[in-house]
Amino acid sequence: MNLAMDKRIVAVVGHFGSGKTEFCINYALERAKLYKKSALIDLDIANPYFRSREKRSLLESAGIRVFGSFYQSEITAELPALTANARFPLEDKNYAVTIDVGGDASGSMILIQFFKYFIEGDYELLCVINKNRPETSSIEGALSHIYRIEKETGLKITGLINNTHLLRETRVDDIIQGYQFCQELSKELRIPIRFSCCPVLLYEDLCKKDINEAMKDGILPVALHMRETWLDKKP
Amino acid sequence: MSERVLMKGNEAFGEAAIRGGCRYYVGYPITPQNELTEFMSREMTKRGGKFVQAESELASINMAYGIAAAGGNVFVSSASPGIALMQEGLSFICSAELPLVALNVSRGGPGIGGIQPGQADYNQVTRGGGNGDYHIPVFAPASIQESIDILYDAFSLADEWRNPIMILADGMIGQMMEPVTLPEPKAPISEDEIAVRKPWALSGTKKGHRSVVKSLRMQPNDLEKHVEKLFEKYRQAEKELVKYDSDRIEDAEVVFVSFGTTARIVSEVIDMLAEDGIKAGLIRPISLWPFPEEAFSKVNPKTKVVISAELNMGQMMTDVKAAVCGRFPVRLINRTGGIIPTSLEIYERAKKILGEYK
Repeated sequence: MNLAMDKRIVAVVGHFGSGKTEFCINYALERAKLYKKSALIDLDIANPYFRSREKRSLLESAGIRVFGSFYQSEITAELPALTANARFPLEDKNYAVTIDVGGDASGSMILIQFFKYFIEGDYELLCVINKNRPETSSIEGALSHIYRIEKETGLKITGLINNTHLLRETRVDDIIQGYQFCQELSKELRIPIRFSCCPVLLYEDLCKKDINEAMKDGILPVALHMRETWLDKKP
Repeated sequence: MSERVLMKGNEAFGEAAIRGGCRYYVGYPITPQNELTEFMSREMTKRGGKFVQAESELASINMAYGIAAAGGNVFVSSASPGIALMQEGLSFICSAELPLVALNVSRGGPGIGGIQPGQADYNQVTRGGGNGDYHIPVFAPASIQESIDILYDAFSLADEWRNPIMILADGMIGQMMEPVTLPEPKAPISEDEIAVRKPWALSGTKKGHRSVVKSLRMQPNDLEKHVEKLFEKYRQAEKELVKYDSDRIEDAEVVFVSFGTTARIVSEVIDMLAEDGIKAGLIRPISLWPFPEEAFSKVNPKTKVVISAELNMGQMMTDVKAAVCGRFPVRLINRTGGIIPTSLEIYERAKKILGEYK
């Protein structure tokens, strides 16, 4: 996986619960290794829990500045508003910016106000797909989500992220099936599959599988930063 | 068995309710259960049901009262302060002996509180905030799958007992994701069937007899008789609706009592203590009313201490103490205000408490 050629601004949209936040945190951490200045903008003003701003200290310790709808240390408030400084890393062209957008078309609407920063060649708008989410488990369902997001934002999605998983029940085959599913979407939409997320523990197994080079190049090993281990404890 | 899908708690609640026979949903938005109201607004009409966004929680519960009186399988949901507003209606519905399913995706309190997860509605849901002598069976799932299973059965259970059934799922369960298996949808009850299966319902003139739904009883003798009749039902519910889970309590040095999200953290703590050679067990009440007192009779007589772990100031302690009946000391490990303790925090506090009972 080589992130050096990625566009300066990478905004991530998708169905709620598709795994945007985990992707953004893992991606931003990986990306921060390549840039002097990097930032994550948390634009999720729809979800009350599991937002990337909760991992602010982890991100900041990796040199990533975190912006979003919070004031100082207040990260749990439910404010459907943004602080003006969220624009700062978009204005400063030295920043590599990852944008964690809210879920669904309604959550992605917030991007409209940043329209002027989405200059062709300077940004990517990636859509996370998890085939195991009921509403995006069929091609029609996934396409309709994508079209709704595009219609709402007025922006064209430029790439797909295959994040097909079942949390800690994920098997390597789920990821491969998710990739094949994204291949169909990719053909239909004429956009590339940019990444396939793979839990760190399954990374070696996935690499050993007979998968094509394009898929191999796009594997992003993900650690579940947002998920406390007890959440997977059987009660 | 159908395939595993990944769902968010709030969506799964809606899906399970529809598959379990819910045909009417009345709601008013409140965090952290908004995705459920949104889901129902989209799905109910598509799947032969009706959705109403009421103007308040008071309106919701009273619309639901009307639907239940007409024999409809109705579902209301809210979060803590919203459920508080529904208490009057719930008292009326209990008195009128109508079936209804209510879900509380609870958050921090008192007052408007915060939006992070809480379990401080224990007293509200088990004691009832409405007036008069009544009870509502309350079930507290600890996972999304368990929430699905409980909600799927809740509508027939409410019909069977002619009483509201409350589900207390804290905000974490509403907001988290989990792989789940969904049950097959039950066939909805038609209007003709309502007249036959619910002869008490105000289901029109075709059925040939008159039904009266009311909670007003002006004659003291009449009201006393009515309350006694309700309590015959509650006594029966206390025998039949008890539900709990227990783990390693027969030889435990320390027994935790915990429900919902907290029980999951405690499960991890029990494994951590086991690594130190400390035998710990868990009683996980699933029915909060009726409280599973019988579970405590199986606790190792040599247990040193019983620890109630809760996301409130110790509201369940009253029930735990009554169940323990002086046989063991009862202590509390808690956080409140929307803070969820880590496994490590509970582990350390439990070890400190255990140190006092050598």
